[in-house]
Order: sequence, then C-alpha cells, then structure tokens
Amino acid sequence: MEMLKIVAFKIGEEEYGLDLNQVQSIERIQHITRVPNAPEFVKGVINLRGNVTPIIDLPSKLNLGEAQYTDSTRVIITRFEEMELGWIVDETNDVIDISPDIIEPASSNVFDSEYFSEIAKYDGRLISLLKLEELMKTSSN
Amino acid sequence: MDFNNYLELFIEESKEHLQTINDELLNLETDPENLSIINEIFRSAHTLKGMAGSMGFEDLASLTHQMENVLDMLRNSKLSLTSEILDVIFQCVDLIEKMVDSIEQGGDGKADVRNVVAQLTNIQDPSKAVPIQAAQAVQEVAAAAVEEMVIDNYQLSVIDEARKEGNKVFQISITLDEKCVMKSVRSYMVFQAAEELGEIIQTRPSVEQIEEENFDHSFMLLLLSANSLEEIQKTFLNISEIVDVQVVERTSEELEGTGRSASVSQQVEQTKEQTKEQPKEPAKEPQNSDTNTAKKKQRSKSIRVDIDKLDHLMNLFSELIIDRGRLEQIARGQQITDLRETVEHMTRISTDLQGLILNMRMVPVEQVFNRFPRMVRDLAKDLNKKIQLVVEGEETELDRTVIDEIGDPLVHLLRNALDHGLESTEERIAANKPEEGRIQLKAYHSGNHVFIEVVDDGKGINRDKVLNKAIERGVVSSEEAKNMADQDVYALIFSSGFSTADTISDISGRGVGLDVVKTKIESLGGAITINSTPGQGSIFRIQLPLTLSIIYSMLVKVVEETYAIPFSSIVEITRIPQNQVSTIHGQRVIQFRGQVVPLVYLKEVFNVPSSQGIGASEELFIVIIRKGDKTAGLVVDSVIGQQEVVLKSLGGYLNNLFAISGATILGNGEVALIIDSNQFIQ
Repeated sequence: MEMLKIVAFKIGEEEYGLDLNQVQSIERIQHITRVPNAPEFVKGVINLRGNVTPIIDLPSKLNLGEAQYTDSTRVIITRFEEMELGWIVDETNDVIDISPDIIEPASSNVFDSEYFSEIAKYDGRLISLLKLEELMKTSSN
Repeated sequence: MDFNNYLELFIEESKEHLQTINDELLNLETDPENLSIINEIFRSAHTLKGMAGSMGFEDLASLTHQMENVLDMLRNSKLSLTSEILDVIFQCVDLIEKMVDSIEQGGDGKADVRNVVAQLTNIQDPSKAVPIQAAQAVQEVAAAAVEEMVIDNYQLSVIDEARKEGNKVFQISITLDEKCVMKSVRSYMVFQAAEELGEIIQTRPSVEQIEEENFDHSFMLLLLSANSLEEIQKTFLNISEIVDVQVVERTSEELEGTGRSASVSQQVEQTKEQTKEQPKEPAKEPQNSDTNTAKKKQRSKSIRVDIDKLDHLMNLFSELIIDRGRLEQIARGQQITDLRETVEHMTRISTDLQGLILNMRMVPVEQVFNRFPRMVRDLAKDLNKKIQLVVEGEETELDRTVIDEIGDPLVHLLRNALDHGLESTEERIAANKPEEGRIQLKAYHSGNHVFIEVVDDGKGINRDKVLNKAIERGVVSSEEAKNMADQDVYALIFSSGFSTADTISDISGRGVGLDVVKTKIESLGGAITINSTPGQGSIFRIQLPLTLSIIYSMLVKVVEETYAIPFSSIVEITRIPQNQVSTIHGQRVIQFRGQVVPLVYLKEVFNVPSSQGIGASEELFIVIIRKGDKTAGLVVDSVIGQQEVVLKSLGGYLNNLFAISGATILGNGEVALIIDSNQFIQ
C-alpha cells in the first residue's frame, strides 16, 4: 500500500498536514517585506536564498485569525507548478507516514472548506490534509 | 543516445549556418568574384548537410547536397555566378530555413524540395540543353540555353583545373541489362560510384532524363578522376545489372575536337604540360585544408549555456554579495588586519565577478541585425525599389532578454521605412534624389541606455496627412490639432488603428503595427521617438535599458519601508517645506520650476503603517518623476542613495500589483520593492 508522507504542523491547537512532495523546506520566520495593496493574507515577500518568495499567513487564509509570531513560528516553503510560496504556521511537528486506510473524507456538512477534504487519524491525532493547489488558487484578487 | 539532446544542438547550429550562408550570399551578391565567400558558404552548406544526414532528415540532406554541389562548382570555377543561380540558392536557403523551423516545432522537417532541387540540378547539369529536351517548356529551354553557353567555357576550364590536380578525363559508356526493371536506380548507383571516383562533368542524356528513365539501355558519362582506367571499369562492373562498361581516356585534343571553342585550346595545351609534372592528388584536398585554418582563426571558442543557469548563477552570486556585506561589517568591528585585508580582497574580486556575470548575459545586437540585410533585399525586390541598407554598431551589446524581444519591432520599423518611408524610384528621380534609397540601422550606447535608430532618407512624415487622419479617427480634435508640436503629431502614428498609407500593401499598412511596436518597446522599459524632415526622411529612435535585470535606482524610505525608484524615470529630487504644498480640486500640488506638479504620497497609496517616533517633518522629500512630458512628485520620508539593483520578479502569485514592478534584494539581505512610477501618471 502506498504510504503518504506529510509534513504535520499546528495552527493554534489544531493539526494540519501538507504533502511532503510539495514542501521544499521549513524556515524560521525572518524579515518580511510588506507588499502594499496585496491581499490581506499575503504578509509580504522574503529573500529565500536569492529568490523573492511571497509569504502567506496560513491562519488568516483559513479564516482562523492572524498568526502570532513566537519562537516556534515557522514558514513552510512549498513548490507547486514552478511557484514557490511560504506559509506561516504556528509550529511544525514532524514528517509522518500515513497509510491510506487511516484517511477519511471530511464530511462536507461539518467542515465547509474547499481547502481540505480529508482527515487522517494518526495515533489519536486528527490531522486535516490541506490541498495546496486550492490554497494557491484564490491568489490574485 | 538521446536524440533530443542532439536535436537542440542541431537546430541551434543549423540556424547559425543558415545565417552565415545568408550573410555571405549577400556579400557574394556585391562581390561575385570573391572565392573566399563562396568557400565560406560551401563550408556551411557542407556542415549543414552532414548534420542533417546524421540526424536522419533526408529531405534536408538531399537539398543541401544539391546546393553544395552547385557551390562546389562555383568555388572550383566550373560555374560562373549569375543572378539566376543566386536566386535559386536563396530560394534553397529559404526552404532549408522552413525545414529547420518545422523540425524545431516538432515537425518532421519534410518539405517539397523537388522544384528547387530540379533547379539546382539544372544549374549543375549543362547537358540539359541537348536537343532531346527541345520538347520541354519554352521558358526552360531558354534558360538552359543561357547556361549552355556558359558551360562550354567552364567545362573546359574545369578540365584544365582538374588536370592541374592530376586528374584525367574519362568517357564512360554504361550499358544496363535489358531485363533491368529499375533503370533509374541502377543509373543512380552508377552516379554515386562515379562521384566517389571523381567528378561527373557531363552525362548524355542528362541526369534528369536518366533519372526519368528516358534512355534505352546505355548512357554516357564524362568523368574527371585521378583513378586509373582499370579501377574505374572495375568499380562500375561491380554494380549489378550492368552488362558493359567502356572506359576511354579522353585527351584535350579530342575534347576540343568535339566542338569546344577553339579559343581556349591554347590554355589546354599549356595545362597539359603542367599536368605531367604534378603529383596525383585529389582535387578538393588542398583548398579545404587552407580554408579550414582560416576558419579557425576567425571563430573564438565558446560554449552554450542555458540562460536559466546564468540566472541561477546570478542568484547565487547575489547571496554571496549579501554575505560579503556581513563580512565587511564583522571585519570593521574587529581589529584584525589579516581579516580586513582578506575581506577587502574578496570585495574587489566579487566586484569583478559581478561585472563578468552581468556581461555574460549581454549579447551583441548583431544577432538580431544580421537577418535584416536579407529581409531588406527581398522586400526591396518585392517593392521594386532600390535600397541600400547600412548597418552600424552591430557590436553594441544588450541583455539577452531584450535581444529576444526586440526583433519583431525592428522588423516592423524596417518594413515601415521601406514601404512608407522611401519613395518609389520614379518619385526619387523626380525629387532630385539619388535613385537608390538609403536605410540606416544603427545601434549605439549612451549613458545607461542603448539606442537603436532606423533612419531613412525618404519623403518624411506628412504632418497634415497624419493630423487629418487623426482627426478623422477621432484621436485628436481639430482644436487640439492646431497647437500640436511636430513631435506630438508624429507620435500619433503610434496610436492604435492608425495607418496613413493610401493603399494597403502586403508589406505593411494593415493598420495594426506601430502601436504594437510602441507597446512592445515600452514593455521592455524603453521608449520610441520619431524625428522627421519633410523631403529628407525620418528617424525612428528606440531607447532601451542596457539590461533588464540590473536597474540603476534610487533607494528611498517611506516610514520604515525601503523602496527603489528606477533612475530612468526620475527627473530630480528636491526638498520642499510643508507650507508650499497647495491643493487644486482636492489634489495636493507643488509649484516646481514653473510647473504645477501633482503630489503622490507613497505612505498613502501604499498604506504604509505608521511608526511611533517619526513625526511629520517640516520638509518634504519629493522625487519628481516623468512619463512622457507629464510629471508627478512622489513624497517620501528620506532618500538613502543610488544603487544598482538586481530586478527580481515577484512571481506569478503576486501579479498586477499597483505601481510595483518587481523586487530586489538589498545588501542587508532584505527585500525592497521596485516602484513602477509610470502608474502614478495617467
């Protein structure tokens, strides 16, 4: 059975996961240059090894309120279709292997979000699997 | 073996060779006697053939093969160059170009080459004009007749030449088996074998006739070869279905006796003497080796590098620059001489390195220019105008990205100059001008810009005509028209849907065009202006940034944020006391050098969050910017200084941001946004 590798991270007390294949690296928070007139959830851009990379506040993107920066705040750098983006999360946990049989579809009447559709039950933890391409879609407005 | 890897190389190199051929053909047109030019063309055609053959593009290979044959005859003076031959070769080159394009676009590189190949073989094969062919179209016979006249002379000179190289002339009669079904195939094999032995001067009947099987069972060849009679006979007999091969060595006297012009007989006699003394040697060898060494001298060694790799190199380098900045700070804090000296050395080296990396992206504008002579030649023929194209400053360098984009606009401007700018020959004569129109294409550096000018000595732009059209199209009102400066009137032809040509021609004048040129050039960060003198011609001047990736800019601070404003749009930076700001219709303005300049508060348009401790200062820092003849003042908090910055895209995620054209990384590793000041001026 094909195992899915995910990067698990926290927003507040909730756990989320992104497909490891789409994750480039995890960075500490650094100086972010604000970009005027960009969407609210875009915090700005950073210099990521010479590349100017947009940084998105994932909690505000998911309507969970703006992230508060602490020592454990991290930026997850993803790459999808040639586009590099950074996502601010409260804390990154670990990389876990998930077998498909512990993944359940999120019933749509409980979780009304286009950003995730599946939940993994792992070791008593509930991890919402985010869909990166959906998160990236509502970009330019 | 990965075919695709080679394919890319093949396409690149084919294009290079085609360009060389095109260039040299144009040179040849003006200097038809120059053998070294023909040699150059021959070499390129030869390489092209080899490459096409090894890549399996048979049509391409066979076409280049025929072309090469003709060129070979030209360079060995077996043919004299006529404009007809040149036209056929040009046609041939066009066809090859098409095929290469087709291959590049994933096609199979096949094309109908029959027509051109036939024309090429016609040129090669003089015996076309023998009586058997009288039945062919009148036109062709006429053309062939011209060739036949040339041929008589050149054949003899060919033989002369060959004799000097130790070759002999053989007359070979080949008889095929009567049962032979595919006579053309057999005869083709004979030709192939013959070409390996030496050179076929003549066949009877002609090659085409033989290929079409228009012969009984035997045909004749006149072959130049260094091989012995026996060897030749043996070679041909080895081909199956050939029943008889008769080889006779022909002497010059005999050949003369066959009806050659007597005037050359003396020469032949002389050369006969020389022949005996010369060692046997294949005809082509010495020439080739000579020209090869010449070729080596001309070309500098180079390798191809993917532009992405260069970009990557540049990124890595800017990282290094940031670390260098930190190191410098550390070194300053410590009193260690060694450290300081090392860092200083590193600074110098990295500055050189930066120059080098930037330089690597620069490409001479020649790459774009060199396709124009050919284009102008063809257009001039189409338009029936006599035109001289003068190209200057082709060594001027531009960033690769600009080079890639500038071609189309230039094509447009040149076509425009040829079609609309220059008068017809009759008009020119009537106007007491030299019959030949002159178009100048020149590139030069000036400051931080490269200028490219398209200059014609034609009739100039008719101010009234442009204005009338503009009024008619509703671009300007007749009131406005009265007070317009010439420059502004000329600029009208860049507005969309504008065309002043009375008749729409194939070349230009479909009404789309100059506006596209303008848009393209502006998208490259450039500008275009027109100067024109009625009766004397027009100048279209394009101003381009030296490079797209490095911008000279002014760094400014707004509250605590740093922005870069490109120098190209800055007029002046000034400080003005608060109380000099007044308002007109709610718009804050200042008076500056007699002009009313609207102010743009960057803090407001960019919603910069306020910071404690920075109160409203008494004085305003204002960066005066310009777009066209309009100005505006950007209000900033302080000016940090000027700096060359590396332009980086914000990527696809953040697009269409108001007044932001990109970002750059500062010495401290932070990102600063680059302001697109054009958007502040409507």
